[in-house]
Amino acid sequence: MKVEIFIPCFVDQLFPQTAFNMVHILECAGCEVEYNVAQTCCGQPAYNAGFQDECGIVARKFIAGFSGENYVVVPGGSCTGFVRNYYKQLFKGSDLEEQVITKPSLFYEFSSFLTDILGVEDTGAALEGVAVYHDACGALRECGVKAAPRTLLNHVRGLKVVETEDAERCCGFGGTFAVKYEPISVSMGEQKVLNAIAAGADYIISTDLSCLMHLDGYIQKHNLPIKTMHIADVLIS
Amino acid sequence: MTTYKQIFIEESRKKGIDPEHRRKINHSLLQSDIAFQKGIPQFSHLQSAKKAANHIKRTAIENLDTYLLRFEKHFTQNGGKVIWAATAQEALDAVDRICKEVNARLVVKSKSMVTEEIHLNPFLSSKGIEVVETDLGEYIQQLAGEPPYHLVAPSMHKSKEEVADLFHEKLGASKGLAPEALTQFARKILREKYVQADIGITGVNFLLADIGGVALTENEGNGRLSTSFPKVHIAVTGIEKILPSVRDLGLFWPLLATHGSGQQITVYNSIFTGPRKTGEKDGPEKMYVILLDNGRTRLLADPKARESLYCIRCGACLNVCPVFRNIGGHTYNSTYGGPIGSVITPHLKGMQQYAHLSQASSLCGACTEVCPVGIPIHELLLYNRQLSAKNATRLEKLGWRIWANACSNRSLMNMNGGKIKNKVIRILFSGAWGANRDLPKFASQSFNQLWRKQRQ
Repeated sequence: MKVEIFIPCFVDQLFPQTAFNMVHILECAGCEVEYNVAQTCCGQPAYNAGFQDECGIVARKFIAGFSGENYVVVPGGSCTGFVRNYYKQLFKGSDLEEQVITKPSLFYEFSSFLTDILGVEDTGAALEGVAVYHDACGALRECGVKAAPRTLLNHVRGLKVVETEDAERCCGFGGTFAVKYEPISVSMGEQKVLNAIAAGADYIISTDLSCLMHLDGYIQKHNLPIKTMHIADVLIS
Repeated sequence: MTTYKQIFIEESRKKGIDPEHRRKINHSLLQSDIAFQKGIPQFSHLQSAKKAANHIKRTAIENLDTYLLRFEKHFTQNGGKVIWAATAQEALDAVDRICKEVNARLVVKSKSMVTEEIHLNPFLSSKGIEVVETDLGEYIQQLAGEPPYHLVAPSMHKSKEEVADLFHEKLGASKGLAPEALTQFARKILREKYVQADIGITGVNFLLADIGGVALTENEGNGRLSTSFPKVHIAVTGIEKILPSVRDLGLFWPLLATHGSGQQITVYNSIFTGPRKTGEKDGPEKMYVILLDNGRTRLLADPKARESLYCIRCGACLNVCPVFRNIGGHTYNSTYGGPIGSVITPHLKGMQQYAHLSQASSLCGACTEVCPVGIPIHELLLYNRQLSAKNATRLEKLGWRIWANACSNRSLMNMNGGKIKNKVIRILFSGAWGANRDLPKFASQSFNQLWRKQRQ
């Protein structure tokens, strides 16, 4: 199957290896991966700040970069959810109205693409330790991704996944919120990390690197004995 | 000048690092969630119930003028009197006139957020009238001299030990009483007050247009006592509390109970349709309903923000909100805290001063997910951000324009290596990212650059 990929801007800049891991897993599953090297960002940061026009400029370029003929796989639910659910509002009444009905529905968060479209539940991965899974808000609430990552992780040899009471609670990243309201963001992240440690976890695993980047910042600063991992990095282990 | 936003951020910081506050709130919210999860199964299909409730509230709010007039007509026919108050001051003046008519010295109140909104208690006190809150949580808050912390659970931030200390200090109760003994202690005091009070003031859960009724939901019986003994009953309500029909309660009572307190149905549900009629044995001699606007028609005028008027004040969005959990109810510095408060407060009290409440959200969407009447709360926070972006600083507007240009051009994103980017990001963000998180590190080459090299 031919698939296109979107690599979110911060993944592109900060975590290229995770993106390559996703590509490898897709290729191992028999996909032919296409990447449009002109792609940049979906526009969500500006939209969440209330700047619709600036978002529109970026989103217009973004949507033109996909053929509309293949699935688009994304290592994260945040951008995926934004494209799927908000482009219709953003381009209502514009010349892109028809495009944003068909194209966004092709966007898939990586783990749910593996299970729901490719039917892959076991990538043959092995990782020793205990993990908590963090439901990233975009994946959970905007894309409805809940079972897919758990199914995949449950097949990882040596990995024990424990459910925590706060699995579905936001980590406190929230884009510019993390900077503009730093005390709240940090406090939310701190509770997330401390709860994971209390659950005996060696790893916090999620579909979204934005959450993990924020949590890892807290972990590193405080030298805590826990590690964040994106699900693609786990599934290739 | 210190702005509301600066105070908000400072208070957030204090609450965020207060371990005792965190412990108490986590405990209270866990209890709320356990109760809520137990309540849900009474709905064979919760999503359908929410959809139906959304439809009813939409109908009610889209035809607010019709239903309010219908309520007035029927309530007046029942012998009650409706007072329309455009502002908080008009509502206060109306209460004042009624108090003067009966020469009131003592007022008992059952729980009401709208009377918090208009600051009724200090107003009555300034007129020399004693006001006693009769909901136990509100009574605790009144003794402590604090506003309610949560729409439904006003004193959820206080431990039982703190309440025992408060009762000892303010009421002379023995030290270290257990919750049951504290309740008995309060009950004894409050029972005296009901009998002596000249006026009972209540809030309203639902205004029922078809029968001209006021529906009141409570768990302690204090609402009934506050309306049975005094000769006058004043119910104060925001105009959005309207339901077309008494029949709608079959849906709204269980929805409110489960989302508010995890119950299947609240213990006491009363419907007041007016004062005592000739030949009737109980009820007040006079009953007034004050219909308060106080900025709500501004929300009504905006087709998008209007949806926030569907709110039934169940407080469920506060219970699931991770921001509320970390900053607590008082940090919002507004009558209505939590996600729904952050939606409506900027409209009710001024976008300029309160826009930060809509910004202070990670937009996680837990509020929208839980809302029993289907208000897209986090989307309305986003909508408020769009409204306030118009008043953004020139610097911020310029920043987003530069961002849009940068994101329109791939070659700009590939410029410079990771080292330089790491330096730039350190200069820009090390302060705002804070002392509590290490900055992420740029890769020496982006995915895009690596892909071009390896695959093209």
